[in-house]
Amino acid sequence: MKIHRIYALVARHLYLYRRSLPRMMEIFYWPFLDLVIWGFITVYLMKFQGQIPGAVTFFLGALILWDVLFRAQQGITISFLEEIWARNLMNLFASPLKPSEFLAATMVMSVLKVSAVSVVMVACAGLFYSYNIFVIGMWLVPFILNLVMTGWIIGVLTTALIMRFGQEAEVLAWSMVFMFQPISCVFYPMEVLPGWLQAIAWVNPAAHVFEGMRAVLNASAEPIAHLAWATGLNLLFLGIVIAAFHWTFELCRERGLLVRIGE
Amino acid sequence: MSTPVLHVQHLVKRFGAFVAVNDISFDIRPGEILGLLGPNGAGKTTTIQMLLGVVTPTAGSIQMFGLDLATHREAILQQVNFSSTYVSLPQALTVEENLWVIARLYGLSQIQERVDDIVKRLEMEEFRHKITRKLSSGQSTRLGLAKAFLTDPKILFLDEPTASLDPDIAQKIRSFLKEERRSSGLSVLYTSHNMHEMEEMSDRIIFLQRGKIVAEGTAQEIVARFGQADLEKVFVKLAREN
Repeated sequence: MKIHRIYALVARHLYLYRRSLPRMMEIFYWPFLDLVIWGFITVYLMKFQGQIPGAVTFFLGALILWDVLFRAQQGITISFLEEIWARNLMNLFASPLKPSEFLAATMVMSVLKVSAVSVVMVACAGLFYSYNIFVIGMWLVPFILNLVMTGWIIGVLTTALIMRFGQEAEVLAWSMVFMFQPISCVFYPMEVLPGWLQAIAWVNPAAHVFEGMRAVLNASAEPIAHLAWATGLNLLFLGIVIAAFHWTFELCRERGLLVRIGE
Repeated sequence: MSTPVLHVQHLVKRFGAFVAVNDISFDIRPGEILGLLGPNGAGKTTTIQMLLGVVTPTAGSIQMFGLDLATHREAILQQVNFSSTYVSLPQALTVEENLWVIARLYGLSQIQERVDDIVKRLEMEEFRHKITRKLSSGQSTRLGLAKAFLTDPKILFLDEPTASLDPDIAQKIRSFLKEERRSSGLSVLYTSHNMHEMEEMSDRIIFLQRGKIVAEGTAQEIVARFGQADLEKVFVKLAREN
């Protein structure tokens, strides 16, 4: 893997963001809007603090962490879509660039995006709702790392599907992640799910992160077991989706799809 | 005779039942411009896409610089580039930003000097800071060529590089290509629907029809073989037999 090729792709995307208002809105406006809406819901729920203890910390914390996952996924998928929209895949893959370097560059973009969005959301939550995400403590770091990895898994999977099925599958870039939201148990504990759905949620790394977050905020237990599950599942699924991406890439080269996406 | 820089043997590409390229073999020697001619759908673009490693051949082998493309993709593509009228660089970036990205992608050193040099050689100074989407077709073509020449390739694939250009710009680009070939010993695979351009540019021509090579030689040899007045008439005759 060559760093200069990864850097080239990252620079190409940063050039785009530098002068594009819609792309900057993706980082600043939408996360801010999300936070405002959920912030007001939380303010309303605070009236029922007795019935839902810790509602504010749960909801706003969950929202910020969910956005970490969502932006991590978008960082991968939108970077790929940008190449389709620019009809740039031929230029990239007729160069010495390897598919693994391409993926690595999208992952770097994803980290940059998550960082920027997180700063915005944490600052706004503090400013408007006096909410401090750092109440989660040192567990925040492994939670975020795991959510970024889960975002990558969904992002790489979505990218492989768009590469295979073309622009018709583009809508997956925005919708795929929400298929995982109900079983990620972002705003409610896993126990509220029906038994069969709990079994599915159990193999979703994000569900373990949010369960862990609730355990920390309730001060009921240390989330080590949940973190171990999340990390193990993340590594397993990341390996699988990266293999699937490479397999799809070869399939697309064989069927001539790589040069036809976007036409 | 010098060793070919590009050696294609029994290349086949099938998409399901459709045979796009049907058992073609050819070489390009150092410093040679090989014209690839044929009607739409003859297999020219698929051939170039296979040579660039973006489409996998169904059968056959592609060797460049004595290396097999299937196993030495990275090393080969580092020394190869392409320009096509139908493939543009990202439209939202400026000309210079696009060139910087390409330079980084190929791991070039002294990027600013190289960018300045190619911008000067292709007379792109006046639009080097312009957004790519705002370029005229002639300027876009020059950007495509700048992208291709920036990396100092040993082999260049040019897919209709002068299509949709006015005669003045097209002539300038042909002169630039000839000068580059003369000064750097560049080998070129060239496709065009302009027969006069083909005659002017190509040392040899291979004529593809329905994925097969139906004629090969210099323009004069092909014209003589088909008993026509010029290459254009040969093209029309073969295309109508298609």
